[in-house]
Amino acid sequence: MLAAEQVAEHAAEHVGWFLDHAFLIPLVPAVAFAIIILVGKRLPMKGSEVGVASIFASLVLAVGVAYQWIERSHTTVEPVIRKVVWWQSGGVEFSVGQHIDGLSVVMLLLVAFISTLVQIYSLEYLRGDRRYTHFFAALTLFSGGMLMMVLAENMVQLILGWEIMGLCSFMLIGHWWEEETNSRAALKAFWTVRVGDIGLLVGTGIVFFGASAFAQESGSNGFSIAAINEWALNDTSASRTVLLWGSVALFIACIGKSGQFPLHTWLPDAMAGPTPVSSLLHSSTMVVAGVFLVARLYPLFHTGLDINVAGQQFNLIAVIGGITIIIAAALAFVQTDIKKVLAYSTVSQLGYMMMGLGVGAFTPAVFHVFTHAFFKCCLFLCAGSVAHSGSHHSFEMKKDMGGLARKMPITAACWIISTLALCGVPFFSGFFSKDEIIDNAHHNGYTVFWIVGLVGAFMTTAYMTRATYLTFFGVARGAAAGVHHDDSHAVAHDVHDTHDVHDANDAHDAHAGPHESPALITVPLVILAVLALTAGYLNAAPFHLEKFTEWFATEGREPFPELAHATFEWVNAMPSIVLVAAGFIVSLFISRGLYGEKAFFLKGITKRSRPLRAGYTFLYNKYYLDALYENVIVRAVAYPISKATYWINQNVIDRTVDQVGLTGQSVGNWVYRNIDQRVVDGAVNGSGAAARGTGSALRPIQSGKVNQYGALLFGAAAIGALVLVIVNT
Amino acid sequence: MEVLRTNNALLTIGTFLPLVGVLVMMFVPKGKELLHKQIALLTAVATLLVGIYSLTKFNYGSSEKLQFFADTSWIKVIHSNYTVGLDGLSLPLYILSMVVTVLVMIYSWDHIPSPGNPKAFLILMLVLQVGMAGTFVAQDLILFFVFFELVLLPMYFMIGVWGGEDRQYASLKFFLYTMFGSALMLVAFLALYFQVSGKVPAGEASFNIAYLAEHGGLLGRSVQIWIFAGMFIGFAVKVPMFPFHTWLPDAHTQAPTQGSVILAAILLKLGTYGFVRIAIPILPVAAKAWAPWIGGLAVIGIIYGALGCLAQTDMKRLIAFSSVAHMGFVMLGISTLTPLGFNAAIFGMVAHGLITGMLFFVAGSVKDRYHTLEIKRLGGMLISMPRMGWILGFCVMASLGLPGLAGFWGEFPAIISAYSPAAGLNHNVFRVFMVIAALGTVLAAGYLLWMFQRVAFGQPKAEFAGASTGHPDGHGHGHAAQGDDHGHDDAHDHDDHSGDIHDVTFFEWVAWTPFLLAIVVFGVYPQLMFKIIDPAVNLTLKAFGQG
Repeated sequence: MLAAEQVAEHAAEHVGWFLDHAFLIPLVPAVAFAIIILVGKRLPMKGSEVGVASIFASLVLAVGVAYQWIERSHTTVEPVIRKVVWWQSGGVEFSVGQHIDGLSVVMLLLVAFISTLVQIYSLEYLRGDRRYTHFFAALTLFSGGMLMMVLAENMVQLILGWEIMGLCSFMLIGHWWEEETNSRAALKAFWTVRVGDIGLLVGTGIVFFGASAFAQESGSNGFSIAAINEWALNDTSASRTVLLWGSVALFIACIGKSGQFPLHTWLPDAMAGPTPVSSLLHSSTMVVAGVFLVARLYPLFHTGLDINVAGQQFNLIAVIGGITIIIAAALAFVQTDIKKVLAYSTVSQLGYMMMGLGVGAFTPAVFHVFTHAFFKCCLFLCAGSVAHSGSHHSFEMKKDMGGLARKMPITAACWIISTLALCGVPFFSGFFSKDEIIDNAHHNGYTVFWIVGLVGAFMTTAYMTRATYLTFFGVARGAAAGVHHDDSHAVAHDVHDTHDVHDANDAHDAHAGPHESPALITVPLVILAVLALTAGYLNAAPFHLEKFTEWFATEGREPFPELAHATFEWVNAMPSIVLVAAGFIVSLFISRGLYGEKAFFLKGITKRSRPLRAGYTFLYNKYYLDALYENVIVRAVAYPISKATYWINQNVIDRTVDQVGLTGQSVGNWVYRNIDQRVVDGAVNGSGAAARGTGSALRPIQSGKVNQYGALLFGAAAIGALVLVIVNT
Repeated sequence: MEVLRTNNALLTIGTFLPLVGVLVMMFVPKGKELLHKQIALLTAVATLLVGIYSLTKFNYGSSEKLQFFADTSWIKVIHSNYTVGLDGLSLPLYILSMVVTVLVMIYSWDHIPSPGNPKAFLILMLVLQVGMAGTFVAQDLILFFVFFELVLLPMYFMIGVWGGEDRQYASLKFFLYTMFGSALMLVAFLALYFQVSGKVPAGEASFNIAYLAEHGGLLGRSVQIWIFAGMFIGFAVKVPMFPFHTWLPDAHTQAPTQGSVILAAILLKLGTYGFVRIAIPILPVAAKAWAPWIGGLAVIGIIYGALGCLAQTDMKRLIAFSSVAHMGFVMLGISTLTPLGFNAAIFGMVAHGLITGMLFFVAGSVKDRYHTLEIKRLGGMLISMPRMGWILGFCVMASLGLPGLAGFWGEFPAIISAYSPAAGLNHNVFRVFMVIAALGTVLAAGYLLWMFQRVAFGQPKAEFAGASTGHPDGHGHGHAAQGDDHGHDDAHDHDDHSGDIHDVTFFEWVAWTPFLLAIVVFGVYPQLMFKIIDPAVNLTLKAFGQG
């Protein structure tokens, strides 16, 4: 592309081919998208090969970038910024380019890696789907959008990537749009994120004008990410109000995108998409975009929200993150759909990331993004594997699963490893990231959030134990037991990977009963499980391994706020370890009782006890937030408010217009009869040359009506003109 | 104002060439429909070629100057001249009008609306083209006014003769309402002329826009405000701005597809163009006084138009209402009186023309097939006509302002420019506008996607379910279940409307592809247009100290 040459020209110093050409990473999938859309159907593998190849190419490039970045980081960690002017308007330059620093390198690597595995997995999972080609096109563009966003040089480019992801999530969640629930979920996702995007547009505007003067000194403008960070940290004359509002507005965008309370409601519904989509969406793309934005502009948020100012107990980011951890974890307990458990788990873990950023635990939060991607992607793909080969396309844990560990050993093993990582069991990857967040919250004086983090760890273990038990242990139920009941798909609300999609190869499934999935599915699972086990050792504080910080962290380098760090002590980790263990034991005990075969005193407790039933109902209805949004707000706007507006339009504004017209007509008639005919013939018509011209042209048509109107109007106008001239001279 | 005196007949030829076609068609009997179509298309293409030729001759390095300038005395008694010229402000719209006319002609090849009579229909379209092009090149207020009014007549007949059931009412309303506006506008022009002639040496006064822009500043504040009021009504009706918009849904809904497309793509822009070219540069003081009110009405229009859309049950009327909202963004950009906002506004005009024009095309073709546009009777379009469904989806995404497509570059800069309007305007007021406008983007996503969901997703409704699979004896192109490869290989010649629901036809592809491409091209590389308009805008806004 043209941009390529220009970027190369503008490069002040050449720092290695991969670093200089990092912008190719999103470009490859974008081009692949176009190819798949245009000719995909005619290719032997229906376009999927183009998708897989392009993402793999991106991965190779990303590895190259990471390698060169690490090599270079021994000497300097200056970001590699390249840009070309894309367009300009009124002296404002809008550019595209790349801003490569530790953060973007990590994300590039992560996104490309996860996307590659998910695409490979999809080759099998979506086999025979009626929109196979479209699926791969959208999936490829989706990754391209995320890659574009993480290396964005400026806010406009970031918005571009951000919105492309929004579009692709719409297409992918609504992939099976024949079902109304699916298209509703797609719309809900798009709209909810769009609500947050108000903040993105407004915040970008605020920050642009705020940073503009400062940025111009260094030859860039207020869209540049580097300039914004510099400005937020170093411009002592920067208005506090602008910083505050800028960061609040941008954070609203992050709330929408990253599924934070109170805009988290779209995420569980987004499960309507095919499982690989959920997996990609929930691990490394889309939902971490919000977390990424906060990390990207961390100096802005840090200054704007006074994070780590002595004595601060609460701030917007930490509060939202903290609330999200707890409310989402609580909801995970009442789900019967395995993917929804994972969805709420994602929401909750995103809360950890946000809270981490909110309490000044920058590197742990970014590291949690990193480790979470592996185990959460693995968990989703395991759920998909179970549905694909174990439970006959059902995701209902209570109805169609149970005891699958023996039938699907690889899937079960991968699931369990990832679950241990998610729960933060010591020596699994999640421990090293999550515990650091909790520890730093304590260390930085955010006591409330320390407790929230601990409670969250307990809850996480408990709900994951429940889900694991229901799926892989205990008695086999429904499809897992080989029973093929058609009505399981008829439950309108929970139809996900609808069976008609698999019509083509249903036959062998229906009779084979639960079995292990084929290699295209299990290989990605195993790779991810291994990483879920090991990825944490990149930054394992207990063992003084800090490769991640050393290689990728932006922290501690200019421009970046100074952050305090907790030093790891086993004694500080004890509370969370104890709580995780407690969560496991309590949940296992209750799950065995509730879902096992033996009689148990807690069985049916929610039916017997009134307060518990109320609590259950409250959770089951998702705190009634969905009801509030969908049945109150959206319904109000879509029906009474818009109807009322339209009524006013038709009956007030338009009626006025009609009345004026009718009055004009009667006045015209009166004038015609009484004045024109009797008094001065042509007095009205003579009031303007233009009026006569137009009038006569129209005469044959509306039997003279238009003519009269026109004449009248021009008459009135001429009088008006006279008045105006007289008044003003 | 400096001018480049080259090729001075070029604009005159470009503007009046369609009349040659009209003249020829006059002498061709009404029955030779094919010949009429050929002549009309040929004329429109020839006109476009002249336009393209002027594109190649245009000096992009000095797009702020009037080029291809011609100036001859015309109505001596009032010092009105025949003055034409083209600069960066008008070039995009001038070319757009020619392109749209050609594409609409192509579309008309097999879509002459009832009651037929292509001769009259196409003649009107050519006359319309003269009016549109003339408005954009006119550099004299009286000349501008003549062209501005010339546009009304053909459109009036197009709606009144070839329109829907309620065409009489809609066309009359359209005509009278805009004429009412124009009357006040003419008053304002005259007042301006007389006022200025009182301030300058005798005999020097003129209707030349550049001249008036130089001397308009001589007028006192209150005079300016009053004159601006007259122009405001004239242009605001045309835009249309809330609360002068009620003619628009009726006109759009009743107009034949071709009329709707031209109305959306070009006619609405006459109003916004009037603000940018005439009202604001000539009366800077008044513009500043009016700006908060314009901005306020603009954002009311954004929200109000969106709510109006949500209430619609008819697809075409919904698209019509969405114009009110979209033009709100354009007017918001204008009201900031900053180069950023102005550029966004002009870009937004063209983008809206392409996107909404395209949406009206799709609506028209849907109506041809289903004979209804009731949203709740449609459904499953992606199954019954996949390509049409995807095109609709594409336009919906473009219309709701997806970055990377043209619509975004009109909307986004307009929104952020409101954060920091021109010096002297109340920043807090405009910041409130900014937030409201941003809220409008959510509502836009709301009504557009909701419409798309109901029209395109799901299964086709029972009453149309059978129609799409093709009759046993009929066209053997199965599309419902398997076929949606994106090749352009579907040149099925549909000569009759046998009631079956068929996918995009050859002529539709030819007419639409340029629109679709332009939406992508301008979305990916907006510099193509900003490069042209930016210098002209900076010059226009010199009076506001930002040039």
